[in-house]
Amino acid sequence: MTPPLLEVQGLRKHFPLRGGVLQRTQAWVRAVDGVSFAVAPGETLGVVGESGCGKSTLARLLLRLIEPDAGLVKFRGEDVLAASPARMKRLRRDMQLVFQDPYASLNPRLTIEDTVAFSLRVHGTPRGEAAERARALLGRVGLDPRLHGRRYAHELSGGQRQRVNIARALVLDPKLLVLDEPVSALDKSVQAQVLNLLQGLKAERALTYVFISHDLNVIEYVSDRVLVMYLGEVVETGTAEALAQSPKHPYTQALFASAPSMDPEHRMERLPIAGDPPNPIDPPSGCRFRTRCSFAMARCAEAPPQPVPVSPTQAVACYLYDAEPASVA
Amino acid sequence: MAISTVVLQAEMAAATPMSYWRTVGWRLARDPTTLVAAGVLALIVLSALLAPWLAPYDPAAGSIRLRLASVGSPEHVLGTDEQGRDMLSRLLWGGRMTLVAGLTPVLVAFVLGSGLGVLAGYLGGLTNTLIMRTMDIFYAFPAVLLAIAVSGALGPGLANTVIALSIVFVPRVVRVAESATVQVQGLEYIAAARASGAGVAAIVRHHLLANVLGPILVFSSTQVSLSIILAAGLSFLGLGVTPPAAEWGLMLNTLRQSIYVNALVPALPGLAIFVTSMAFNLLSDGLRDAMDIRG
Repeated sequence: MTPPLLEVQGLRKHFPLRGGVLQRTQAWVRAVDGVSFAVAPGETLGVVGESGCGKSTLARLLLRLIEPDAGLVKFRGEDVLAASPARMKRLRRDMQLVFQDPYASLNPRLTIEDTVAFSLRVHGTPRGEAAERARALLGRVGLDPRLHGRRYAHELSGGQRQRVNIARALVLDPKLLVLDEPVSALDKSVQAQVLNLLQGLKAERALTYVFISHDLNVIEYVSDRVLVMYLGEVVETGTAEALAQSPKHPYTQALFASAPSMDPEHRMERLPIAGDPPNPIDPPSGCRFRTRCSFAMARCAEAPPQPVPVSPTQAVACYLYDAEPASVA
Repeated sequence: MAISTVVLQAEMAAATPMSYWRTVGWRLARDPTTLVAAGVLALIVLSALLAPWLAPYDPAAGSIRLRLASVGSPEHVLGTDEQGRDMLSRLLWGGRMTLVAGLTPVLVAFVLGSGLGVLAGYLGGLTNTLIMRTMDIFYAFPAVLLAIAVSGALGPGLANTVIALSIVFVPRVVRVAESATVQVQGLEYIAAARASGAGVAAIVRHHLLANVLGPILVFSSTQVSLSIILAAGLSFLGLGVTPPAAEWGLMLNTLRQSIYVNALVPALPGLAIFVTSMAFNLLSDGLRDAMDIRG
């Protein structure tokens, strides 16, 4: 088996919640709590979960835009978190991020061309060459460099801005692209165009994707493997087919059941899960999903379930599938 | 429909997109109120600059025989003051003082306040706390009271007025600069710049300053009129420019008792203060509207 391009072990980030007169830490938001996975070269790993489950924090941790409290991020076997500032600058060329918000992610005072060329300039490419490469890439992502290159972000549509976002991330020729909800802010028809563009670019440039989304349809469409997150933890991993065919974790089942079906025969009759996810400031003990789970047992409150393989392509962190036969199924 | 699309595309291709500041300039030039305000200000500034050549008399030389001549007198177009000095000459010379005392503090505040505010916002943590809490101490006093207290402590004079007013305006600008910086810094394009490996200097220069200076400039421009009124006010109270030099606030004070003898002459310096600060106000309103380009 080829060594993984990206390997993550026990990644954890808790944000302090300060309050009171002295700004003491009152509580911790457990945004990402012990996440481990590996991404093979050329693979697309989908990360799916409700809003607030720590997906965006995970993306920023992978890129080392925020420092984790614990855990390991390895890129091609190299410990990213231990990299010196100079080494980090070099590493950043290989791992890039596409942002969610096509409005906040572009500097309103820079032209589109300058936005894309900026990364190259940072790494010492001469001005003329940087501009030329920026224009070439703008052309590749479906923008007319002559028409749009000298324009400002506010003169473009959401879909066009997201194309600029993609061009900016690709201009340094990265190996790994982390996409944080890249199409969530776009219309359905534009979503499809941008997704197809991303698929095309991936094949052309031998890219590896970590694709974060809350939209199961999108995740199923793009991913080879899928990681399901709930309140900062991974509850299930598996190939996209395995998860779609037989989701094992009650949360994954609920997610798939709540995705609107195109088949009227399969429209759901009742809501699979009710209510909002619990507050990540003070998550439930044991299994974090137990407060909304219809299979919850006494055991679930005691200790968090560890991931167990249910097939060669699927692992799930739930006591229903633990080696000990569960009393209720 | 198809034709209009083609035309629109052709127009888009033909129109050379303007840079942000050029767009702002273009929008300013199309606003009639702003144009009038700018014209009035240009006249005032020019007349103050050219006072030595424009003034028909020595502003300090009076004549006991010609005290409080009315506006429209054959020798003195705008009359004379209580010591018989030519009002037109004094208003021209006084404008210099008032403008310097009013504009300099805001300029100082813009430069110093932007620097401190961006620093506090960018670095955060302890630096932020130190800078911002220090500013809060000054901010806690009403502007007029603070200006009077500092001027009183430093003594009268133009330089001390500028220092006192700078102390009033720096904390205000720091506040605006800090909050703008914190807001911009949370935006994703700053994170994107960091993800590309850019250093602090490049991020501040290309991404932060360009987006923060606009709001700071607009805020500072709104403070000019207040600064002019405060500068004149300090002189009126005897804490600013000292006699016999001409300054609008000071002139207002010395002519105060003459209002029953000749009502129009004492009103002139007040009118000058009013028109100048009003013009600055209208100009800053126009600037704010013109810079509000977001899509």
